[in-house]
Amino acid sequence: MAAPASSRAIALELNGEQVEVEVPARRLLVHFIRDDLGLTGTHVGCDTGNCGACTVHLDGEPVKSCMLLAVQADGAKIGTVEGLASDGELTALQKAFNEHHALQCGYCTPGMLMSATALLERIPHPTEDDVRYALQGNICRCTGYVNIVEAVVAVGRGS
Amino acid sequence: MLLREVDYARPSTVEEAISLLAGYEGARALAGGQTIVNVMKARAAAPDVLVDLADLAELRAIGFSSDGLLEIGAMVTYSQLISSSEVEVARPILAEVAATIGDVQVRNRGTVGGNVCVSDPTNHLPPLLLALGASFTIRGQESERTVAADDFFLGVYMTAVGEGELLTKIGVPPSSGAGDGFAGVTIGKHGTFIVDAAATVSDESVRIALGCVAATPVRATEMEQRLAGSDFSEESVRAAAQGLGASLDPPADVHGSAEYRRHLAEVSAVRAVLQAAGRRKGA
Repeated sequence: MAAPASSRAIALELNGEQVEVEVPARRLLVHFIRDDLGLTGTHVGCDTGNCGACTVHLDGEPVKSCMLLAVQADGAKIGTVEGLASDGELTALQKAFNEHHALQCGYCTPGMLMSATALLERIPHPTEDDVRYALQGNICRCTGYVNIVEAVVAVGRGS
Repeated sequence: MLLREVDYARPSTVEEAISLLAGYEGARALAGGQTIVNVMKARAAAPDVLVDLADLAELRAIGFSSDGLLEIGAMVTYSQLISSSEVEVARPILAEVAATIGDVQVRNRGTVGGNVCVSDPTNHLPPLLLALGASFTIRGQESERTVAADDFFLGVYMTAVGEGELLTKIGVPPSSGAGDGFAGVTIGKHGTFIVDAAATVSDESVRIALGCVAATPVRATEMEQRLAGSDFSEESVRAAAQGLGASLDPPADVHGSAEYRRHLAEVSAVRAVLQAAGRRKGA
């Protein structure tokens, strides 16, 4: 039986790349991603699980990385906003955010993109209600959400 | 937020998890972490050892017992409940209520066992499971016992699960023609409940449980008795709710006075019972 320890050697897949590292048990996943791995696209907003700026994918599903310990992600596949675009080519959703002016300050955008990407994988042609329900855990204090919702709906419509 | 230093273990069997919980002072079970991680940030709790239940597949199962009870493993997430065909067949209210908890991200991680073991008075599942007459299976090092919902919730953050024990599953009777309802008033559209009520109505019985009005969910037994043989018209359900508020001693806070909560208790109970009655077979 593995005795409890204050750190753990974890192995996970991050944006398709294998990462093996020893982390303190108390390290939050968001700090592991930002400070240990240097991927600062994932933001810390409220640090209380309300705002969703820290949203990442864990085995394909959106989760709030400020409410997870890094050790809990041992063996998982983690996706962050840096993993969306490939070879500098933005995803349809990222382009739609640009075209629909779905951000002002941009602080919430990485979390919005991760939540909306997961929605579009589950429901490729979401209604406005689907989008609002899926983004309920992501707070934006600039836009009033209208353009964000429009951008996500537009991706489903292919426009 | 930097957490206080903590030890971590990830057992691969339920037996191992229980011996870790029993063997280490200050050990606590870690389910989805959607409460405890924040509680640790706030220094409201400071476990010395976290026993992560993530690898215990047996706790993630939803199925039926030999006598037809819907059995939900303690590590089943809200998202799992929402998409479960077993839940849809046996007790769809569980999925309906789970879909209103938190947000997508929280529902992907938060667990049924965590929700009830935290026993926060504003949590959705304690009053619902009390109204449904659920039973809770608790395993210790020596034995396993099953506790009725009426005896499970002991106080704020306190349940019948003792030190060195683990909640493994929750049994819910299938609806068998009964109708279920859940209603309440929240802070904002998707916020925390100020008061909520769950009800289940069948031809034989009515069970009503209120949330947020005391440290633990409260059965509205007098209202249940007044509804025996009722026609469940809005008028008669409202009449049966009379006096329910006065029988309670709810807390007052920035979201509502005790008096307001007494009022909401009657309103919520009426709505939940009417919804339940409208959904029972043959209604």
